[in-house]
Amino acid sequence: MRRGPRLLGPRRPSGSREEGARSALIAFVSTLILSGLALWVVLTSEAWPRVQRQFFNPSAFREVWPDVVSGFWLDIQMFLVAEVVILILALIIAMIRSLRGPAFLPIRALAIFYIDLVRGIPVILLILLLGFGVPALQLSGVPDGRLFWGVTALVLSYTAYTSEVYRAGIESVHESQRMSARSLGLTQGKTLWYVIVPQAVRNVIPALLNGFVSLQKDVALVYVLGIREAVRAAQIYNARTFNYTGYIAAAILFLLVSVPVARFTDWYTERDRARKQAMSA
Amino acid sequence: MRTKFGLILFVVLTLVAAACGDDDAGDTTTPTTAAATTTTAADATTTTAAVTTTTEVDACAIDQLNLVTPGVLTVGTGEPAFPPWVNSITGGGFDEPESKEGFEAALAYEVAAHLGFADDEVTWVRTTFDEAVTPGEKSFDFNLQQYSITAIRDEVVDFSDPYYEVKQALVTVVGSAADGATTLEELKGLRLGAAIATTSFDLIESVIDPDTEVSVYNDNVDVQSALIAGQIDGFVVDFPTAFFITNVTLTVDEVGQEGVIVGQFESPGDEPEEFGLLFADGNPLVSCVNEALAALRSDGTLAALEQQWLVSGADVAIFG
Repeated sequence: MRRGPRLLGPRRPSGSREEGARSALIAFVSTLILSGLALWVVLTSEAWPRVQRQFFNPSAFREVWPDVVSGFWLDIQMFLVAEVVILILALIIAMIRSLRGPAFLPIRALAIFYIDLVRGIPVILLILLLGFGVPALQLSGVPDGRLFWGVTALVLSYTAYTSEVYRAGIESVHESQRMSARSLGLTQGKTLWYVIVPQAVRNVIPALLNGFVSLQKDVALVYVLGIREAVRAAQIYNARTFNYTGYIAAAILFLLVSVPVARFTDWYTERDRARKQAMSA
Repeated sequence: MRTKFGLILFVVLTLVAAACGDDDAGDTTTPTTAAATTTTAADATTTTAAVTTTTEVDACAIDQLNLVTPGVLTVGTGEPAFPPWVNSITGGGFDEPESKEGFEAALAYEVAAHLGFADDEVTWVRTTFDEAVTPGEKSFDFNLQQYSITAIRDEVVDFSDPYYEVKQALVTVVGSAADGATTLEELKGLRLGAAIATTSFDLIESVIDPDTEVSVYNDNVDVQSALIAGQIDGFVVDFPTAFFITNVTLTVDEVGQEGVIVGQFESPGDEPEEFGLLFADGNPLVSCVNEALAALRSDGTLAALEQQWLVSGADVAIFG
């Protein structure tokens, strides 16, 4: 009970077991009544048959499901590849930004320039620019695949955001940690890698997971390049039938992935806080 | 604790009561609405009676039309709109329907004139291709951007009588895998593309049925970008658009590659493929516009516009 997500509201000093059981019962009953009411209002509404036909149509769902699923599988693959690259690249850039001393100024400035530039451009613009623009140059040795460039655009954009998340983590580690490591004779790089980064990453895991959820949905944007992922597959069905059930099918698939990640993030944050409290106690 | 429980119980009871109240209200309003409908029906009967007695009122007079903005004809087109359908004031540009340059721009003003609108009583609004062809409220009185009349579309929107008969054509760049193909069989192994919600896309799937999944883009601009980028071997568009693209946009001067029309397609059904003006479903304006189109056809205006703006594709080979 204590470790679980705090669905029952903020933690209070523990009362008797009887009281806990009673509040759980109240929560259960009121949830049941409220959701029952909401469902009843929707299902008895005059517009419901039309809504059902256009949005929740079982036969349309069966028809469009295989296309949307295969499109979604592509979304997942793009997401996984992009996420791994992003986590590595972003950490490198954040470490570069955290280097001190005048000698590192040029690469520090370069990192800042990259982050400012890419974060200031809409993702969709990056996708169009790289996905259509770069291959049109027909440079030899440069790939022209739209999957490659679509994922590259996402990686570039998300790396900028993620490196800022890492940097916030690095800055949250107390200065004394750095000083102690340096006084032990560790170089600047080693201090970062062995002392600062491990603590920093742990501090920002919830924020990183948040980025996961965001990217997992944004991969769909590469559909503008003609890639038939889940949203485009649903759109093609919609264009043929004017039925929106395909969009609902795609939404369900995205939710199936993003909701567990969101719940996991909550659970992890709670556990981490409990652990820290236990340590300081 | 006890008081808190009481409070929750109170809230729940209030909710239930509110819901029941809602229900009652629903019951009482039903007869009222029914009554109202009856009165409207009665009114309508009187109006019809009035019309039949006078017989002077013209159902297509501007003040009788059910317009989006009263007194003004609101015409929808693409965003952006391209030649040869919509040109510009200089003739060479595009996307200026107010210039009356281009086949559809000119046609819209001819129809408007027949309905009794002066040029400055015509306003233009923009919609994407797939947005205007979906069910629902419309921001325009009619929309023209090369909408082919199909049975499925006709269920959710209304079309005028056709104003142009069209064939679809395959466009590629010189030296691509599609260049020089003459049979449908040769097209099967190619990477082909088309814009979403178009009959061009349907044609690729139904007539060619290529081995590689058809690439679908937001509009004809993105389709061309993909061809220039070498991501597809060719794309399908209507013939006049294909002619414009290969002569104006896909040229060595513009993009470093030479666009060509590989060939044309026989329309997939028994019926020819035809463009119609698109209306919101059930819009009574359709019959008035059809009268105007019939007049434009019989006095030769339509043929003259076609002659002026569109190229005949008679000399381009048809895929066998």
